[in-house]
Parts: sequence; C-alpha cells; structure tokens
Amino acid sequence: MSETQTSAITAESNPFRNGLWRQNPVFVMVLGMCPTLAITNSVRNAISMGLATTFVMVASYGMISAIRKLIPKQVRIATFIAVIACAVTVVDFLVKAISIPVYLALGAYIPLIVSNCLTLERAEAYACKQPVLKSMLDGLGMGLGFAFALTCLGMVREVLGAGTFLGVPIFGAHFEPWVLFLLPPGGFISLAMWLLSFAWWKERSLKKAEQEAAAPQLAAPVEVRS
Amino acid sequence: MNESLTHIFLDSFLINNFVLCTFLGMCSFLGLSGKFATAWRMGVSVMFVITVSSILSWFTNLLLVRFHAEYLRIIIFIVIIAATVQLTEMFIKKNSPALFRELGVYLPLITTNCAVLAVPLFQTSRAYSLVQSTVFSIAASGGYCAALVLLSLVRERVELSDVVALAKGTALTLILAAILSMAFMGFAGMGNAS
Repeated sequence: MSETQTSAITAESNPFRNGLWRQNPVFVMVLGMCPTLAITNSVRNAISMGLATTFVMVASYGMISAIRKLIPKQVRIATFIAVIACAVTVVDFLVKAISIPVYLALGAYIPLIVSNCLTLERAEAYACKQPVLKSMLDGLGMGLGFAFALTCLGMVREVLGAGTFLGVPIFGAHFEPWVLFLLPPGGFISLAMWLLSFAWWKERSLKKAEQEAAAPQLAAPVEVRS
Repeated sequence: MNESLTHIFLDSFLINNFVLCTFLGMCSFLGLSGKFATAWRMGVSVMFVITVSSILSWFTNLLLVRFHAEYLRIIIFIVIIAATVQLTEMFIKKNSPALFRELGVYLPLITTNCAVLAVPLFQTSRAYSLVQSTVFSIAASGGYCAALVLLSLVRERVELSDVVALAKGTALTLILAAILSMAFMGFAGMGNAS
C-alpha cells in the first residue's frame, strides 16, 4: 500500500506504524481475541478497552525493556507477567477513578488484560530485545492498532445491533434493531466478515499488481518475435 | 450468595459457556481446535490447571482479605496460575513423556489463557464458598473443554469439504464458532428455571 512511504523509514525503525496497520494485532496477527469479541458491543466500550490496553502495553514495555538485561532467560515469561500485572492493577484503579459506568461495562475484562496473548507476545517478541523508547513506541502502535480494530468491530455491532452510534440513534424510529449483533454470535460473525473483506481486498490488489507486472513481460517477447 | 450447586454447574457449563458466550480463552479456542486429538488433551490439561488454581486462589484470597491487601489480587492470582502451570508441566513430563511432547509449546501458553485467570476473579467477585468455587471451576473448565472438542470435530469435517479459498483459515473458524455460539444461545432459556 504505502510502500514508498515506509521504505523511506523502514518498518523496523518505525515500530509505531508497524503495529497500527502492517501487523495490526487483530486483523493480521489474530491475537487478543477475548476482549476483541467480548467488549465490542458498543463503540464507547471498544474505545475505552483499546485505550486501557494501550496504556498497559506502553507502561509495561517501557519497564520490561529497561530491565531486559537483568532478567534471567528461564524466568522471563513469569517476570513479564508480573510487570504487566502491575500495570494492569494501575489501569484497574485508574478506570474506576475516571468513570464508574465504563468500569462496570468493562467488568472482568480489565484484569484480564494480564492474560491477553497480545501483551505477552509483543513483550516476548519485541520489548525484551529493543531499547526503551522503541519498545514504548511499539506498544503505542500495537495498542492503537488494537483500539482501531476494536472500534471497527464496535461500529458494525452497535450500528446494526442497536441502530445507534456512540449512543446517538442514526436510523430514525422505523429501524428494527438486529439484536443478534449485540449477542455473542454477532461478535464472531462481524469479526469473520472483517477478516473476509480484508482477505478479499488483499487478493484483489495482489491480482492487480500481478497483471501490471505481467503486462510488459507479455509485450516484450512479442516485440522480439516480430 | 446462596446459589444452588446445580445452578452454578448448569450456568457455567451451558448457559454462560465460558468460550461461546463470554469469550474467554479465545486464542487457544481458535488456535488449538484444528485436530480432535490435540483439542481434548488441551481441554483436559486446562481443566486440571483451572481446578487446582481455583482452589489455591480461594485460600489465598482468605489471606489477602485478612491482611487488607485486596489490591494485590490480580498479581497474586496470576502468580498462582503460573506456578500451577509449571507444576502441571513437571507432572506430565514425569508421568507421560509422550503426552508432554504432544502438548509441547501449548502447555506454558495455558498461563495466558484468560479463562484460567477469569475463574478465580469471578469466584471472588461472586463470593462463592469453597465447595461452590470448586463446582464452578470444574463446570467452567468443562464447558471450555466441551466447546474446544465440539469445534475441533466440526473443523475436522469441514477440512474434507470444498471451501472457497478466500474463506479458509481464521474467518472460517470464526463462522463455525458463530454457529456453535448460536446453538448455545438456545440454553439461555434454562437460566430462569433454577
């Protein structure tokens, strides 16, 4: 897509954009499924869950990266989990202090950020090898990419399931809400549809690129023969 | 809270199935349901870890309440789970090296299975007694195991059939999970019968 832009600042030196789009945690890596499916029944919940996860990732990756040379290899996973659990405890109290309705809506899923496979995977794959600032940028990119994906899903589910966007009705009085989308199966279906449309889009752009690459190759031998 | 044991069992096994209705343990549910053989082994080891760690967390929670250190709950619970997983790993390695090789990478991953952390958190917030939380942990993890096995059976069948290339992979698994989840919604009616 933006190949020319990213080649100027290569993917490795730009961890922020990498997480946001190229290796989007939900749509590309399919990680962190529990909150993705459970908390996306409204846009507001999706955004707050995404931001909470972003905070945990930035804070814990900063810490993990700072102490990465002190951690013995055998107990690294346990250490990561302990650091992440501290950050999650902070977020748990923060959300409770900022907004009680959001805290009640997110419920058990805030403590469960600890066992989100996304947080641990990035700590293992990135933060324990890279310097502090880069790891925090990676956490920010991954977290915002996660928030973006949650919002995409939340949008579909709230608009179709309740006929509202951020709590504001958008279809008028005659709209019959498609309640299935607010219930658990709706989460599975809407994520499947997003994945399908991304796969379709990718295949289409690949085919286009192939055709463009094939066209001059076909033209060249014709000229030689003539 | 004085919920009857049968109600707790039915509620967490069928009505609010951990995987299909509350979306806990999704990663392993989508990742490990490809083959029936791996699925049931994973299900049984998760059941073991959940039951042991839930009982341990119940006693630890008593201590935390006694010393007014409830804010340490998340950290303590995850440490208990990590220790239980480590113990399970050692136990399986000693008693059945074949099974250990089979599960391999997946065993340490149980630590990051949200279903495992959710059971101690839920039993604390619902103030269950020791017997109630044991029943709850067995039923919840049994529900997880059942969902995993069901999906793996369906996926083994679908593997043999002709599917559009575009939909192969995660998208197809998600659609199958959606259909299973719709089937489990049928149990919602049992919720008021207790």
